[in-house]
Amino acid sequence: MAYQYNGHTIEHDEEGYLTDISLWSPELALEIAKGENIEMTEERWEVVNFLRSYYDEYQVAPAIRVLTKALAKSMGPAKGNNDYLYELFPYGPAKQACKIAGLPKPTGCV
Amino acid sequence: MAEAAKSGAAPAPAKAKKKFLYVNRKAPYGTIYALESLEVVLIAAAFEQEVSLAFLDDGVFQLSKGQDTAGIGMKCFAPTYRALGDFGVTKLYVEKEALSERGLTVEDLQQVTYEDENDGFKAKPSIVLIDRAALAKVMAEQDVILSF
Repeated sequence: MAYQYNGHTIEHDEEGYLTDISLWSPELALEIAKGENIEMTEERWEVVNFLRSYYDEYQVAPAIRVLTKALAKSMGPAKGNNDYLYELFPYGPAKQACKIAGLPKPTGCV
Repeated sequence: MAEAAKSGAAPAPAKAKKKFLYVNRKAPYGTIYALESLEVVLIAAAFEQEVSLAFLDDGVFQLSKGQDTAGIGMKCFAPTYRALGDFGVTKLYVEKEALSERGLTVEDLQQVTYEDENDGFKAKPSIVLIDRAALAKVMAEQDVILSF
């Protein structure tokens, strides 16, 4: 199973998470998002970029409360909550945002 | 990142928190124990239990500074210990005797901090140096001890 775009073929597992996370690119993110019926607005990029920089530093996806706190800081308290995250990613920030961000499937996420 | 609250697999109704201690005794990369322990810790922390970690025997090497796994083709998960504070895990007990028996001091360990939400989110050290006798007391206070 693989994502295909602009002549690239990038393998993924049965749930759509990348087999080799180093192959991620913003173009690939758009392709993954398309499969999730997600349009990559600026707000969604904000979340995806935060996930990537957190993963880069700690080698793990952030706890939800870390993500909401970061959003509150960058986008105002009205957006630093679970409801806002689920508005952006209806199937959940872990399942959808991490997938689009090219992170491994988060630990403990059923 | 756990989504227990929104998914069907929500935990049973709130009970009193239990104290979990994860005991790490092995070097980080020779076996899968260290990584497995860390992953279970992250899961347990997501269920809002009171989780702390202990490092003894060769387990103290899990926290050593400057780990580089490029040569062995394994993911370097050492940075993840620094994220534990974000998951509400704020106590990493390190046994003094285990350090000194290996010629190590606390200077050889990476710095791990957490933000204390009861004190203006100040960064505070998570690593607690503790001698063998005191660690035994900590163990006696736990509801659950898991050894890796």
